[in-house]
Amino acid sequence: MSEPVLAVEALQTHFAMRAGLARAVDGVSFSVGAGEIMGLVGESGSGKSVTGFSILGLVDPPGRIAGGSIRFRGEELVGAAPERLRALRGNRIAMIFQDPMMTLNPVLRVDTQMIEAVRAHASVSRDAARQRAREALARTGIPSPDERLRAYPHQLSGGMRQRVAIAIAFLNAPDLIVADEPTTALDVTIQAQIIHEAQTLCRESGTAMIWITHDLAVVAGLADRIAVMYAGRIVEQGTIDQVIDTPLHPYTVGLLGSVPSANRRGEKLTQIPGMTPDLLALPPGCAFRARCPRADAACTIAPEPRAPRADEPDHLARCQHPHDAPALAGAGAE
Amino acid sequence: MSETADTLERPAAEGTPLMEVRGITKRFVKRHDTAGRIAHRLGVGPAEETVHAVDGVDLAIQPGEVLGLVGESGCGKSTLGRMIAGVMPPTEGRLLFEGQDIATLPGADRRAATLAVQMIFQDPFASLNPRKRVEEIVGEAPRVHGLVSARGTGAYVDEILTRVGLDPALKRRYPHQFSGGQRQRIGIARALAVKPRFLVCDEAIAALDVSIQAQVLNLFMDLRNDFDLTYLFISHDLSVVEHIADRVAIMYLGRIVEQGPAEALFAAPNHPYTQALLAEVPRLDQRRRQFEPVKGEIPSPLDPPSGCHFHPRCPHATERCSATRPEFRAIAPGRRAACHLNDA
Repeated sequence: MSEPVLAVEALQTHFAMRAGLARAVDGVSFSVGAGEIMGLVGESGSGKSVTGFSILGLVDPPGRIAGGSIRFRGEELVGAAPERLRALRGNRIAMIFQDPMMTLNPVLRVDTQMIEAVRAHASVSRDAARQRAREALARTGIPSPDERLRAYPHQLSGGMRQRVAIAIAFLNAPDLIVADEPTTALDVTIQAQIIHEAQTLCRESGTAMIWITHDLAVVAGLADRIAVMYAGRIVEQGTIDQVIDTPLHPYTVGLLGSVPSANRRGEKLTQIPGMTPDLLALPPGCAFRARCPRADAACTIAPEPRAPRADEPDHLARCQHPHDAPALAGAGAE
Repeated sequence: MSETADTLERPAAEGTPLMEVRGITKRFVKRHDTAGRIAHRLGVGPAEETVHAVDGVDLAIQPGEVLGLVGESGCGKSTLGRMIAGVMPPTEGRLLFEGQDIATLPGADRRAATLAVQMIFQDPFASLNPRKRVEEIVGEAPRVHGLVSARGTGAYVDEILTRVGLDPALKRRYPHQFSGGQRQRIGIARALAVKPRFLVCDEAIAALDVSIQAQVLNLFMDLRNDFDLTYLFISHDLSVVEHIADRVAIMYLGRIVEQGPAEALFAAPNHPYTQALLAEVPRLDQRRRQFEPVKGEIPSPLDPPSGCHFHPRCPHATERCSATRPEFRAIAPGRRAACHLNDA
């Protein structure tokens, strides 16, 4: 494999609060290649969004990147000058937020905002910038883009706003897009439209994408690889097929079991006991220990990521007692 | 015609539905202010805007069943749920509880019927009074309605809390001291405390994390068995509805477009909207799929399309679809749909 677009190594993002130090991201490592879509999955408070914000250098005090490295096309972003990050943001790296109104300025017309985004990174005429904005809107499947360009954000529906936000993200043909729960607030038919546009644009332009979500089913249909986060750490990562068909970590197994599906109609869902832990009061060792059916004394030592299966060297989990493939095949069939 | 539909809908073996709505309609009218009224009288102002949130819906829910009500935002599913739960009066139409019109029942019976229907709301943060302790939230209604004595309330609250999986020792706490999943359990406990027979759950698990969703969904299924409850389960999440519901009704822009047993409906959806909706549900077993979404968005309920509301987005629409509203009629035993294609 050629050099990845993004390589995150042992990333630490901490929030110093009066109540203590919250390690929102605690040693996260992963990489994304060109044209690849990676799903970053986790529940609220797992650190998935903070990971996304860290990549763009958008972590505000009291949060700070306390360690590790983020290499974007070989360039180190941790500790990079704010000017350099500003030059990359919206140009080579873009972000799509859950709420499109975080991207859009409510008092400016869509064209004003898009032209500004083009001209911030390239010296082109207003007309040329406007033309590019129009093309970007048309590419995201927005009907009558000329009319939309003249609209204010409040005149657009939620799905349309999100499409405009996506068009802005793709405006400068970035190498990497971080999408943070971009379809969570949308309806099923609109969600499918948005995923369709994002998927097509990534495949066509070779843009790498990190799709942050809590919805495993969305990621299963969209991504190439998946990383599952729990309490600031990636507890498992691998290809979609590896992680969803033969998960290693008990948390992944539990999450998959809690997704309702047709073939288990009316049966009880597997539930993970307890609730997501408080980041300020994490137990030593494996953070999932208290909720895990496999936990024992060995779990008081924090597990390092490793690939327990010889035939799947890129399928990593942080677990002292990972599920082995044969046992799980049996469990999945019942 | 509608006679046959009714008999098909309800096999003779089943008795009176626990809850039935007939031709229920809700219109929200944006009234003119004084200036607007004067302008209107002079013939210059705009007409009053009317939103047809729910447009002549018939629905029957049998005792003990779980009816899933599915639709996208703005389709009127919550408004329908609120009217059925009795929190919002309908503009037109009748609500029948065990075959009796709630509006014409005498006082005491009417109160009993209203008490028997309880609602669980989507947002566990907004639906609990932040200034009351859990014991008051849960214990107030049964005490006021005389279901328990003032002295017995404490023990009764403990019992209900235990039943929904909360530690009774926490009952002196306030809602903000609980997590989202626990708050939803408090909301469920509050509803259960008046011994209801029918629960309207409006997106009751939508605001919760995946693993917590599973816990609450399991709780709903347990309670159904233990208390012999009937549910109207409103959700935009098809996989959740498919999991829990016996029968499903699909709503689009104020009307029910299809209804039938969950298994049959999910196996072979009839209405083009249902087909589109089901095709777009993300599923764990579909990998790297090519999403082929339905075109367009839900039109505004202020100005719904003529004829069949779905025709501007429908791949099979004909002239007839834009001209006349399709009848909601039986297409198979226990199944109904409103689509002109079924006539061909």
